[in-house]
Amino acid sequence: MAVTARPASLDAQKLRADFPIFAQKIHGKPLAYLDSAASSQKPRQVLDVLRDFYETSYANVHRGVYVLSERATEAYEGAREIAREFVNAPSAREVIFTRSATESINLVAYAWGLDNLGPGDAVLVTELEHHSNFVPWQYIAKRTGADFRLLPIDDHGELRLDALDELADGVKVVATNHVSNSLGTVNPVTKLAAWAHEHGAIMVVDAAQGAPHHRVDVQGLGCDFLAFSSHKLCGPSGVGALWGRAELLEPMAPFNLGGHMIRAVRAEGTTWGELPYKFEAGTMPIAEAVGFGAAMEYVSAVGLDAIAEYESELAAYALERIAEVGGITCYGPPADRRAGIVSFNVEGIHPHDVAQVLDSEGVAIRAGHHCCQPLMTRLGVAATNRASFYLYTLPDEIDRLVDGLHKVKKILG
Amino acid sequence: MDDLYREVILDHYKNPRGHGVIEDADAQAEGLNPLCGDEVSIYVQFADDGETIDEVKFSGRGCAISQASTSMLMEMVKGRTAAEIAELPKEELLDEVGIPLTPIRLKCALLGLGVLKVALHRAKGTPLPDEWAGLDELDLR
Repeated sequence: MAVTARPASLDAQKLRADFPIFAQKIHGKPLAYLDSAASSQKPRQVLDVLRDFYETSYANVHRGVYVLSERATEAYEGAREIAREFVNAPSAREVIFTRSATESINLVAYAWGLDNLGPGDAVLVTELEHHSNFVPWQYIAKRTGADFRLLPIDDHGELRLDALDELADGVKVVATNHVSNSLGTVNPVTKLAAWAHEHGAIMVVDAAQGAPHHRVDVQGLGCDFLAFSSHKLCGPSGVGALWGRAELLEPMAPFNLGGHMIRAVRAEGTTWGELPYKFEAGTMPIAEAVGFGAAMEYVSAVGLDAIAEYESELAAYALERIAEVGGITCYGPPADRRAGIVSFNVEGIHPHDVAQVLDSEGVAIRAGHHCCQPLMTRLGVAATNRASFYLYTLPDEIDRLVDGLHKVKKILG
Repeated sequence: MDDLYREVILDHYKNPRGHGVIEDADAQAEGLNPLCGDEVSIYVQFADDGETIDEVKFSGRGCAISQASTSMLMEMVKGRTAAEIAELPKEELLDEVGIPLTPIRLKCALLGLGVLKVALHRAKGTPLPDEWAGLDELDLR
């Protein structure tokens, strides 16, 4: 891989002008949106593509022999090619559109897991997982009689790779997130994939939190499946993608059944279509996929290396400023090993109350378990506050978060 | 904002009434709001008539709204019968809480009342009114 030069610094103030949502005030104050790990805001460039597609090119895709259907198909398949390039997949037929990263993972868990797991096998997921990469595997393991195991984290919220070997017996699936949505930990996917393959397991990566913020290269990572979604990546909600190795996807049974995923349907039986259509039953989120394509182009134009570096700087700044407040516990790894996510608790004050007071200042953060209850259990808390950043986040918004935290302590402390 | 954490809420939050545990309680239930991890356990002791709430306590952890509203509930229900509390409309508690609540915070504010109704339902077979159906996201174990 070519050595990339240090990315040019990202101009968040300028990018912010692309996002119409920031034009409004919340409780009379400018919106400080610090919840991009839950979902990102959308730039005009993506919204324009959606509107233009609906106004000029919308029809159902494939099979239609008229102009509009051809146009819609071209835009939909164009988005698939953008997604292929975005994750550096060898072939666009390995890129499947889904309704979400969650559905992408369920597709693998059901369509691969049900036929390839059984008693004596084991599924290994991490203590850092979002429920989307935890619950499907726990369920399919139970259905098939396979063992379900957790790779523990250390006190920095980083995976304990030293514990891998004692969990290796019978392992068939290793599933991890690329970036933890709760703690911002950037996981060593390449190492895990190498270990998984050494032990004859497949490597499944949940990149819902990683792909919008870090360059993802499925060939470089060496994984077998990678799930990501549009809504955290400046794109519309309702669409996601799964990349999988063709040699694994081809023998897999379908996941959803219905229209478009077939080759021939007879009363005696049905045969399945080719990749990727075998896994795209029913009318897909067509315009959303086209918007997803526009979103991938948008973040690629900004530059994923620049985004990753900028967010890491924001995380370092936030950790430093939050520490100044006093009486606050921050969770997760040091700034140089985390993405733009900071989870914390204010001593003696419930996250809901923290978030509510911050909202009155126009500062939007998330308070809760972040769909990571096993992780919350490991941290010994019911919930945390989480501030998360993206390419449009300004250091000034972190200052406002800190001012808000002083107010929280004044009211509820 | 100043409304939301008005003085009476903060007072109940910081000095909760009826906070504690009744050993060998006549009625008891625990509830968890999985959205935010609020937990409330409620313990009831009846008077000699077996109907009137003689003593009621709660324990748990959670946000200011859930803890303050449960504290207010403790004061509100003492001396009333199980049948009366089974029919207690949630509006009576919400009026007492007296602040505008978003749907998410409404679940916090009503956690204690739901848990108390479940405790009485278990001990006395009092009905759980239909209006609690809207609260089915609460994991009233």
